[in-house]
Amino acid sequence: MVKVNGTELDIAGKTVSEYLAATNYDPKRIAVERNGDIVFKSQYDATVLEDGDSLEIVSFVGGG
Amino acid sequence: MIPSKKEWTDALIARHGAELHHRFSSATVAICGLGGLGSNIAIALARAGIGKLLLVDFDRVDITNLHRQQYKANQIGLCKTDALKKNLSEIAPYTEVETVTAKITEANFRDLLKDADIVCEAFDNAESKSMLVNGVLEQLPDCYLVAASGMAGMDTCNTIKTRKIMKRFYLCGDEVSDVASTIGLVAPRVMLCAAHQAHTVLRILADEYEI
Repeated sequence: MVKVNGTELDIAGKTVSEYLAATNYDPKRIAVERNGDIVFKSQYDATVLEDGDSLEIVSFVGGG
Repeated sequence: MIPSKKEWTDALIARHGAELHHRFSSATVAICGLGGLGSNIAIALARAGIGKLLLVDFDRVDITNLHRQQYKANQIGLCKTDALKKNLSEIAPYTEVETVTAKITEANFRDLLKDADIVCEAFDNAESKSMLVNGVLEQLPDCYLVAASGMAGMDTCNTIKTRKIMKRFYLCGDEVSDVASTIGLVAPRVMLCAAHQAHTVLRILADEYEI
């Protein structure tokens, strides 16, 4: 299982890109943290989620 | 009559103590975007005695900014960098202020921000926020980042908060109130989010890293 923003999901084995494609997140408006480190944007395709991983996805909204 | 630098410093030390004043006055803080967030962050940090502010924005003061941004009616048409530098010089004359009138992009952010101890992301566009946050976390490994998301509309002030997302990265706002789906931005709620950002900067400088 992979914890995403506090919720356990059965997505181990997927890449970050594959997981994001199945959600409503807009990749141009997010930052992804995995186990305490930023996931480089260039590595979304190559980063495979592992059992026990913890992801925090920040999705930005407009205004400032 | 403007106080001397010594009088100014003594007054800050009397308020904050010598140790905190030293930390604040030794710091360089970059503020990216000088709208409702950035102009308010800058004034709060200048008042607190931050040594150097790096102000970056490409835009000019518009009449539609004045309901929430720290500019004056007679500054419409000026570059925000120049107008804010002038206002800061009147509020806190001994804060060093460097300005860059340019759009921050993936190509230039690293050079512009490399000397900052802490970067405040204060843009209004969600994609620009994401670009800067990812860029700083990926390419400026010694820099702290305080970003904002979600402060538009008339919802209660009590949903604006600060979260530590990871080491070096703090996020302020309610994270949901998009300017596109609300009546827009109103001064107190934007100022509150800016205050969260400015105070997070001070806490980092005080070695208070947890929320």
